[in-house]
Amino acid sequence: MRRPRRGRGLAVLTAAALASTALAACSSASGSKPEIIWYTNPDNGGQAALAKACSTSQYTITTQILPQDATQQRVQLARRLNAHDSSIDLMSLDPAYTAELANAGYLAPIPTALQTLLKLQSFKGAVAASSWDGKLAVAPFWSNTQVLWYHKSVAQKAGLDMTQPVTWAQIIDAAAKTGTKVAVQANKYEGYVVLINALVMGAGGDIASDLTKGVDAKIDIDSPAGRAAAGVIQKLAHSSAAPPDLSIAQEGQSESTFASPSGGFLTNWTYIYSAHSKAMGKDLGYARYPETVAGKVSRPPYGGIGIGVSKYSKHVSQDMAAVKCLTSPTSQGKYAVAEGNMPASAAGYAYPPLRKVYPADLLTLFQQSVDQAGPRPTTPYWSDISGALQSTWHPPASVNQGTPAKSASFISDVLHGRSLL
Amino acid sequence: MTTTVATAATPRKRQAATDRAVAENRLGLKLVAPAVVVMLVVTAWPMIQALYLSLYRYRLTTPNDRAFVGLRNYGTILTDSLFWHDTFNTVVIMVVSVAVELVVGFIFAMVMHRVIFARGIIRTSILIPYGIITVVSAFAWQFAFSLNNGFVNSWFAWLPGIQTGADATNWFGHHWPAMFAIIVSEIWKTTPFMSLLLLAGLSQVSEDMIEASQVDGATWWQRLWKVILPNMRAAIMVAVLFRALDAFRIFDNIYVMTRGAQNTESSSFLTYRQVIEQFQLGLGSALSVLLFLTVLLLAFGIVKLFRVDLARARGEA
Repeated sequence: MRRPRRGRGLAVLTAAALASTALAACSSASGSKPEIIWYTNPDNGGQAALAKACSTSQYTITTQILPQDATQQRVQLARRLNAHDSSIDLMSLDPAYTAELANAGYLAPIPTALQTLLKLQSFKGAVAASSWDGKLAVAPFWSNTQVLWYHKSVAQKAGLDMTQPVTWAQIIDAAAKTGTKVAVQANKYEGYVVLINALVMGAGGDIASDLTKGVDAKIDIDSPAGRAAAGVIQKLAHSSAAPPDLSIAQEGQSESTFASPSGGFLTNWTYIYSAHSKAMGKDLGYARYPETVAGKVSRPPYGGIGIGVSKYSKHVSQDMAAVKCLTSPTSQGKYAVAEGNMPASAAGYAYPPLRKVYPADLLTLFQQSVDQAGPRPTTPYWSDISGALQSTWHPPASVNQGTPAKSASFISDVLHGRSLL
Repeated sequence: MTTTVATAATPRKRQAATDRAVAENRLGLKLVAPAVVVMLVVTAWPMIQALYLSLYRYRLTTPNDRAFVGLRNYGTILTDSLFWHDTFNTVVIMVVSVAVELVVGFIFAMVMHRVIFARGIIRTSILIPYGIITVVSAFAWQFAFSLNNGFVNSWFAWLPGIQTGADATNWFGHHWPAMFAIIVSEIWKTTPFMSLLLLAGLSQVSEDMIEASQVDGATWWQRLWKVILPNMRAAIMVAVLFRALDAFRIFDNIYVMTRGAQNTESSSFLTYRQVIEQFQLGLGSALSVLLFLTVLLLAFGIVKLFRVDLARARGEA
């Protein structure tokens, strides 16, 4: 009953494969002006508009959209690049898997002149997140960071002085006192690891170091800093300030909690301002990311996108010229206005139209936060480390003082192939 | 699936081959050769490569780190609690869904066999779920069980433990409810296949035998257990074998409905994650080899359990 079907499926597949090969041959042969194909993460058309603006008489830049989910983006790109797919020229890459693709040798090295330019123009955090093995692997395009968003009325009712840096413990207590919630991202996904990393770095530690050693990198999460981070999650999960959907909350859910009547505090990316400033008006407050340990400056999360060039592209030098245009401060400024994703450089923040959309003090806060951000460790094994953290730190209510030690040994087992993830 | 298959499979004494027979035989071999080559390339080669890769520590994105590790990948897997947990899930899904499908499928087969009026419509409507793509049916059931827009909560709110409104039952928020939803979608989708195979067996049972037992005074229940079912053993075996192997390889429903959350991963899903998402070609290949061996063992076990000669079964069913 099933066999013939499989046979037919195979025939269809073969036919489709043949047809697509023929089509690809057609498209690459046509015309002398090269087409640079840029694989972008989904947005509202901001990257497509930049592609058009940066096209010249020498080349045309067109865009193709990758899947929404970062894991799926990584899977698609790695598989195609491993097969030396020359129809990918530029890629919008998430910092979580940049090092992995760079280490695998899928990215064309950025010329020294362009490296120098990009290193000079970009924020330190952006450079750190875009580098592998001491060199820039991708060109920082935009940089995101998280700040603490809050309802001014709630902070006032709780008697919290928001002009001074606040700690996680303070905002959890303030929310519990006022019957409101502290919304964070704690679903079993990368966003939860972003939170864990920020908490650990805020306490002066890190998740892993000696990253160039690959699987033998030093796993540092079983440390006082790791236990301080676990303490914050433990306190929040067992407090009345924890939203009911804490264990499945991603950016969207935490945003909804914040906008609901029980909203109090939220840590989330920069886009919250454009999404809620109208509805909340003057009640929308913002401050630096909370401190894990009182008195120790916080290290806000770093997110964003860097543009990488495929080693298997047929016109790498033109691709590099395109990257230079796409990541210029003006392009970054335009993109920030269009999409709410902030520039990766101070010069990008100087783009005049951007200054009209956001209040000056918020732009300063964003810039400071990006500049002092604590990026996730850049290692080709990040997906293993991140997955192992998600397995051991989720659900948040299960986190206790023993969690960092447990996760450290599990990460090491996974990295050495002693445990399945 | 005609009697020719059965006769071809039955050993018999060969007559002295004539020249013509030898020539025909040679032509036959030449005709099947291309198909055999294609089969070797698309099935045997990947299987051998998986076997080979399973002996290596090999990750797609760190090719320099590749090393021969012998059977260590198998050791890692067989001593890992995640592997056994996922195997347990898979066995639960297989046993429950095949058991329910066998009973419901048999009832459907009886209906299709006995129905006098609107035969075409009834047969077609029973078969519709099988015609629907698994991914589509999984999405449909995910919506059905959904907390926000599903109908399951509101239809069954009268049952204890099922709630609507603010405290609505979150089917995908806990292990067993999520497993239940997955099993329900699997049963709905494949019961028609089971009933189709059983219908074929049912139509092989001689009416004379049933009438004779009726004349002898057998009740309906006795006819079912003493006449119909024993004569359908081969068909039942084929149905259970096909469905059990299919259910053991369950993937689509889980991928769509939970993505493996709440520990609802199956063995196939674990293999997929290791190979496709984590690029662990070595460990993943070892997992797929183990999955293949389990399926073989299962098939062998079911054939032994029903004590049916496969060749005869194919001829009869």
